[in-house]
Amino acid sequence: MSGDVVVLGAGMHPWGKWGRSFVEYGRAAAAAALADAGLDWRDVQSVVGADTVRGGYPGYVAGATFARALGWQGARVTSVYAACASGAQAISTARAQILAGLAEVVLVVGADAAPKGFFAPAGGDRPDDPDWLRFRVLGATNPAYFGLYARRRMALHGDTPEDFARVKVKNSAAGALNPYARYRTAVSAQEVAASPLVADPLRLLDICATSDGGAALVLAGADFARARGITDPVRIRAVSTVTPTYPRTLLDLPDIATDSAAGLLPEGARDSFRSSIARAAYEEAGIGPEDLSLAEVYDLSTALELQWYEDLGLCGPGEGAELVREGATALGGRIPVNTSGGLASFGEAVPAQAIAQVCELTWQLRGTAGDRQVAGARVGITANQGLFGHGSAVVAVR
Amino acid sequence: MGSVVERTRKPVVHGWFTQTTGSAAEGFRLLGTKCGGCGAVFFPREDAFCRNPGCAGGDLTEVPLSPRGRVWSYTDGRYRPPAPYVSDPEAPWEPYTLVAVELEAERMVVLGQAAPGIGAADLAVGMEMEVVPGVLNEDAGTTWTTWHFRPVGVDA
Ligand SMILES: [Zn+2]
Repeated sequence: MSGDVVVLGAGMHPWGKWGRSFVEYGRAAAAAALADAGLDWRDVQSVVGADTVRGGYPGYVAGATFARALGWQGARVTSVYAACASGAQAISTARAQILAGLAEVVLVVGADAAPKGFFAPAGGDRPDDPDWLRFRVLGATNPAYFGLYARRRMALHGDTPEDFARVKVKNSAAGALNPYARYRTAVSAQEVAASPLVADPLRLLDICATSDGGAALVLAGADFARARGITDPVRIRAVSTVTPTYPRTLLDLPDIATDSAAGLLPEGARDSFRSSIARAAYEEAGIGPEDLSLAEVYDLSTALELQWYEDLGLCGPGEGAELVREGATALGGRIPVNTSGGLASFGEAVPAQAIAQVCELTWQLRGTAGDRQVAGARVGITANQGLFGHGSAVVAVR
Repeated sequence: MGSVVERTRKPVVHGWFTQTTGSAAEGFRLLGTKCGGCGAVFFPREDAFCRNPGCAGGDLTEVPLSPRGRVWSYTDGRYRPPAPYVSDPEAPWEPYTLVAVELEAERMVVLGQAAPGIGAADLAVGMEMEVVPGVLNEDAGTTWTTWHFRPVGVDA
């Protein structure tokens, strides 16, 4: 990969339940990112929006919606949808445009206004849609899948509900220090244990909420940054947007079954999708897990965060719980994970979340993360996985 | 009054399991498809194309899946799921159990609800399970049938 893309600006609208349109959150985040970059919106040559499925109909055309809200100025426009990975695809698109010389400055925006309660599929009678079928036939909500993964970890690796609670305690402590987080109160292990079971063995405080929020980045080519006298910017070194490989042997949302591994994989072979997301990012960036200063991972549930430790190579298979037990992934630990507070503190605003992860990396690498600052942070990775087979990981360096 | 409501039995999804109302021993099976080109088995069934990227293609024919497998994992639903899951909003919510079962021959994990009365506390990873016919919900004219999993050796 020749030439890095530079992060000139990062901005967010605080996460919460504000009861307003996603357009407002996205516009506010975009304005904050532009101010951070010291640029006028009219300097932006391309805008890439990560789509929300809220606000009218599936795949709401976010790019043009944000461009209109900021004031039409003729920029090239793109809208992308990849479920939870939408933000990474928006970053990937912006980066490709910059590296291809199609644009010097690109604005990336994602925002959502989330419904209350469980995510549910679009309405109607749609038996050809696996997402509709899992609800109709099984009542399998997202937390049900998180519960399956958590129970599997307990059986395979000896993880306990107390280990899962440790993740919430850690992330809520970080989130309490983040002005953009929705939940800014430290949570105790006792509070997690006292919260109601949602999907055995996971409790309410093990599972991330759904939130309103918006995040934006201003990306530019290295030459553009240099010409403006910016000498040591945060750089995007890799964006991984890989798909799985056949056969998929780990049951994944929204599927009712895995592929059949018979005759295709050696007995006992592990599913590699999540680790392949990280591997592609590491290879593109020319780094490995040992180079990381921090990581932002998609903690849809507490147990899933432990899985990411292993898939990112922060520890060996089955050793995730040990990392959180020894405090390695807490602020001040050997490899802090979710210094932002993670989804545990934010709640998921789907199209904004992967962009928000990169905002956190940007502030950490600049050394401006305040009380959450990881001392001397030089390299960070984000990781996430979107419904239907969308990998998402970003490596940023300084 | 006292008339018995006659409902028609219909599968919640056509072609995913046999219409036998009896046990696995009496022939109840999940139905998948098998590729004639590479031997890949698919559930839910793929009837239009084979998804193996290394396969040049072949006819997809219906094939019954192994009736037994082992628990890969399990969980339950303590809160009422949203539509299109059907439940009576007037009735108190009764949690159901979900089981992911790894079928031996196919080396494939299939999700299903556990048979009524089987809770998470009754299950363990690795436990042998078999597929049995079940009822998902009933409305005015229809009994919607589905598949359930239950531990081998336990009567419904
Ligand atoms: Zn084939």
